[in-house]
Amino acid sequence: MKKIINAVDTVVTDALTGLAAAHPELRVDLDTRVVYRANAPRPGKVGLVSGGGSGHEPLHAGFVGYGMLDAACPGEIFTSPVPDQIVEATTAVGGGAGVLHIVKNYTGDVLNFEMAAELCADEGVEVARVLVDDDVAVRDSLYTAGRRGTGATLFVEKIAGALAEEGAPLAEVAAIGNEVNARSRSFGVALSSCTTPAAGKPTFELAEGEVELGIGIHGEPGRSRAPAGTARELVRVAMDALQAHLPLSGDTLVLVNGMGGTPLIELYIAFAEVDAYLREHGATAARSLVGNYVTSLDMQGFSVSVCTLTDELTRLWDAPVRTPGLRWGP
Amino acid sequence: MNTAFITDWIDEITRLVAAEREHLTALDAAIGDADHGANLDRGFAAVRTALSARPPGTPGDALVLLGGTLIRKVGGASGPLFGTFFRQAGKTLGDSPEVSPAELAAALADGLAAVRALGSAEEGDKTMVDALTPAVRALEQAVQDGAGRRKAFDAAARAAEEGARATVPLRARKGRASYLGERSMGHLDPGALSSALIMRALHISASGSR
Repeated sequence: MKKIINAVDTVVTDALTGLAAAHPELRVDLDTRVVYRANAPRPGKVGLVSGGGSGHEPLHAGFVGYGMLDAACPGEIFTSPVPDQIVEATTAVGGGAGVLHIVKNYTGDVLNFEMAAELCADEGVEVARVLVDDDVAVRDSLYTAGRRGTGATLFVEKIAGALAEEGAPLAEVAAIGNEVNARSRSFGVALSSCTTPAAGKPTFELAEGEVELGIGIHGEPGRSRAPAGTARELVRVAMDALQAHLPLSGDTLVLVNGMGGTPLIELYIAFAEVDAYLREHGATAARSLVGNYVTSLDMQGFSVSVCTLTDELTRLWDAPVRTPGLRWGP
Repeated sequence: MNTAFITDWIDEITRLVAAEREHLTALDAAIGDADHGANLDRGFAAVRTALSARPPGTPGDALVLLGGTLIRKVGGASGPLFGTFFRQAGKTLGDSPEVSPAELAAALADGLAAVRALGSAEEGDKTMVDALTPAVRALEQAVQDGAGRRKAFDAAARAAEEGARATVPLRARKGRASYLGERSMGHLDPGALSSALIMRALHISASGSR
């Protein structure tokens, strides 16, 4: 294993130290492991808190700032944060209007955020939750933990964040987060596994010429293996899976997301194929994002996330945002 | 069994988890996300610090401290689940300074019930419940049959180990392994194995033979 790290046990702390140094507009508490907007809490504004395992950067800490999150709780690599962190973050950003937890649907994240929400309620902080479960590779049934939360987490954080910035009450901010989740679906393809610092070797082996279809964002193996095809073929597999769950039509928000180890040039090739597929199906990539946003350490591969837009969702997506990972507008 | 017995048990779990750290992580890599060994090892190291910072006064106190620390320090699903197991068991023990094997069995049964409720897992879902359920059952049976504590704990450990092995052919229905569907079959569940380590540690600390 070759990685730019000092020691396996200090990976997260060292990265947060760097984040703090690079972004003085954030307040990074290394002891409790919470990343805050420097001016949180803002009285009367609904606070947005998310978190999850580290290794998905810029998610979540890179999305803390104006128009998005008020605080993020990074856990160990691929391990959800602990309730203490979440309680600390939630009570700190609560400006009296309540706090929204944005949680990706994984057993660990759900349990830790649930425990934290109960503790926050004891302290008089009103908490609502949006559970993101956009990954169509997992069958949502009694026999699984349900669809995973992946790329659409960014959509939820951006759009709910924009509405919270306008001063909307907690119920409305939660409702729009749920709406975005319901209108979004994702599918991922890996060309290689990632290597966690703790394991030191790839989580799964993939032969030359093979791809893993329907991967998550933790190096967990996917739904099936297939021979590596062209960009067009791989995108078609992903888009067919999305289309089966969410009929594509009209204005669509599209994220072609790199898993951390994919050159941007390949992501643009993939985006061209996504765009062509959408046109064929009568949909338009009205808003788009191409790059590494919801990553899986050094995994090679990509995921496609789509969200069918409404005028309101488009307006909120276009609203200004100033975070380390996402930034536009005045 | 007094507080020292329980802290010995915790030390023994800590030792076994550290020894099996790589194995647990490798099992997790196959059907999960390759961090189970590292996370439990980190959690039990934190427990050791917590125990020396605030030595518990009773067996129940020790288990509550153990469970609370795992919940606060481990993260993932294993933190809340293993933490809840010990924390609930400790609460059931209450504040008596000495507990019998029967009382410990009842406490562990309560801990298991709390785990099942939190994770909404049943036997056969390929989780820690598959090791802990037969272990608690065997422990209760042995105590009822009047077995000595070493024998009773050995029966519990064997049942847990057998339960863990029996997860190999199962298809996971809870947790991250469930995403794999049929591909989760043929792998030992890491949480079931660490549960078996916990029960084996109980037997080792009762035998005083490391």
